[in-house]
Amino acid sequence: MLPTEAQEFKLTGIGASPGICIGKAYLVDREGVKVVPKYFINPDRTANEINRFKKAVVKAKEDLRQIISRMPEDLQHQTNILETHLLLFDDKMLFGRTIDFIDQDKVNAEWALKTVVGQIKSMFRSMEDAYLKERVSDIIHVSDRIMHYLTGAEAVKISEIDKRVILVARDLSPADTSQIQLERIKGFLTDVGGKTSHTGIIARTLDIPAVLGLVNATALIRNDDILIVDGNNGVVIINPEDHTLVEYEERQERYEAYRARITRESHLQALTADGEVIKVQGNIELPEEVVSVIDNGGDGIGLYRTEFQYMNRSEFPDEFELFDKYRDVVEVMAPNPVTIRTLDINGDKALSYTNNGNEVNPVLGLRAIRYCLQNPEVFRTQLRAILRAAAYGNVRILFPMITGCAELENARQMLNEAAESLAAEGIEHNPDIEVGVMIEVPSAVIMADQLAEKCDFFSIGTNDLIQYSLAIDRSNRNVAYLYDPLNPAIIRMVKHVADVARKKKIRVAMCGEMAGEPIHVPILLGLGITEWSMNPHAIPVVKRMVRGLSSIDARKFVKEIVDLTSAEEINRLARERFRIHINSGLVINQE
Amino acid sequence: MNLSQPDLHRPVVIVNELGLHARSAAKIAEVAQNAKHKVWIARDTEKVDAASIIDLLTLGCIKGTEIVVCIESPADQPILNQIIDLVEAGFGE
Repeated sequence: MLPTEAQEFKLTGIGASPGICIGKAYLVDREGVKVVPKYFINPDRTANEINRFKKAVVKAKEDLRQIISRMPEDLQHQTNILETHLLLFDDKMLFGRTIDFIDQDKVNAEWALKTVVGQIKSMFRSMEDAYLKERVSDIIHVSDRIMHYLTGAEAVKISEIDKRVILVARDLSPADTSQIQLERIKGFLTDVGGKTSHTGIIARTLDIPAVLGLVNATALIRNDDILIVDGNNGVVIINPEDHTLVEYEERQERYEAYRARITRESHLQALTADGEVIKVQGNIELPEEVVSVIDNGGDGIGLYRTEFQYMNRSEFPDEFELFDKYRDVVEVMAPNPVTIRTLDINGDKALSYTNNGNEVNPVLGLRAIRYCLQNPEVFRTQLRAILRAAAYGNVRILFPMITGCAELENARQMLNEAAESLAAEGIEHNPDIEVGVMIEVPSAVIMADQLAEKCDFFSIGTNDLIQYSLAIDRSNRNVAYLYDPLNPAIIRMVKHVADVARKKKIRVAMCGEMAGEPIHVPILLGLGITEWSMNPHAIPVVKRMVRGLSSIDARKFVKEIVDLTSAEEINRLARERFRIHINSGLVINQE
Repeated sequence: MNLSQPDLHRPVVIVNELGLHARSAAKIAEVAQNAKHKVWIARDTEKVDAASIIDLLTLGCIKGTEIVVCIESPADQPILNQIIDLVEAGFGE
């Protein structure tokens, strides 16, 4: 039940981005448009209401015509889409039905439009073809434009939020978040999604507190409710009482002071007490996140996930487009390294324009390097773009999902061919880049000694390694309890890879989620892994922890834990032994 | 096809890569709007108004789908031919 009057209550979710904020709730419904009001129209006023709708359509069309006329010629493709949108305005299903609806149900035009669009959407949802299914977005664009004129000056879209608010939504798509004028958002709350969701990544990048996976926040929170968002602990307090407000204002101040302090230190090297240098780097997905890595004092980019540029579109990006983005990142980061991971699609990220949508188990299917080797055109385009960007800074290339030597050899072969073709065409590039292998499949762990002969570095991806080694589906709640980087089998595997790398004298990095958690810091240090890459926000805390540890102690500790039999024991021992260090990284979270 | 003996419906297969998407549907709708009577597009048991882009889209026709173009009056024979030509030419994509 909803509380009838302002009464303090609390919701718990996943703290996806740290920080504390206090502000007013702003509800965004599923479509990213503010909740549409519904009211009835006096029967003799329906003609007026229909006219109001028609006028909005005329204005929206005029608007779009203007946009088209101002479109530069090189965006011809975009223009074509918008011209189709122009035709949609008059479509019987949209225009005609909305008018009928106003007439028959005597409701306001906004509600009629929303209902009609809702019906159209559900027809599209039942379609099988992913590309055609996505075309519903064309209709949403058009109806959004009409809605804008119906509601007049009133802000209806997240792009027009004019006060600093806490956004409450079921979920936010990349399209939604790209519309938000982010300086106006204080915090994010969503019903679904977790740390690795798009909203989570955006929130961390922008340093905005976020609590996600709240299940029913949109049902329980109302517009303009006062909210406290505690992203450190994954807690939301609705309608706080005065004493709660005071308490959180103090916490917020302490947290910000603490962040400021550790961020200042973060630009310095992470040196252990006994003098070992740890390279603490950032993982990024959007090119813009490079700023966050620099702000947080990252020593480079240990994992640049490149899938984002392939998503939310209808065709593959071309070489120049990819090169242009890579070059941005590489130039900004230079002389520090940028490790670009080649396309890893069709696992959890499927593209609408590839035809692999029907695999029963995509995680075990044609994904990542397997997909690239079978689609040489797609792969070659990306390899060429990476080699070209390499001329502008320090680039390393990383191949995902390698299971054995043959795949690595084939990928290297294609890389060489890409370099030769660039050389033959006289295009500026750098063919001498380090080649790395993602160690994320158990077979790659076992074959590490052979793989080491054919590459320059390893990068251990714990997320997939855990999933494949322990045979657990990461998104299956029933088995989520098994997902623990401290599982002794995982510790042993990581140790094996680190030992092989040392013996073969190649570098070994860790780019999985494991690297960003303070409790894992002493273990990684003890395993002899000296390059870590993590969510940019974790960099300052991790660097701070490293400075308080000695690698000799950490190594002794790892010798002890390899013989333990459960994740719980390892966890307990780590907490006992390094309590002070972990707390130094987590002062605020422990409150 | 003997044009002196007009037929009111003709099957055609979608050949363009992206199927019947918004832009291709818009081209059909544009032609259908000039018809004197109604023009329908049928797929299996479903039949939609060829003058509505959204209606056409809801058929979800991917490359390789067979559709049937239907007219109500022989007077719209040129419209039928035009639509068939459009589809067969892959909408010029």
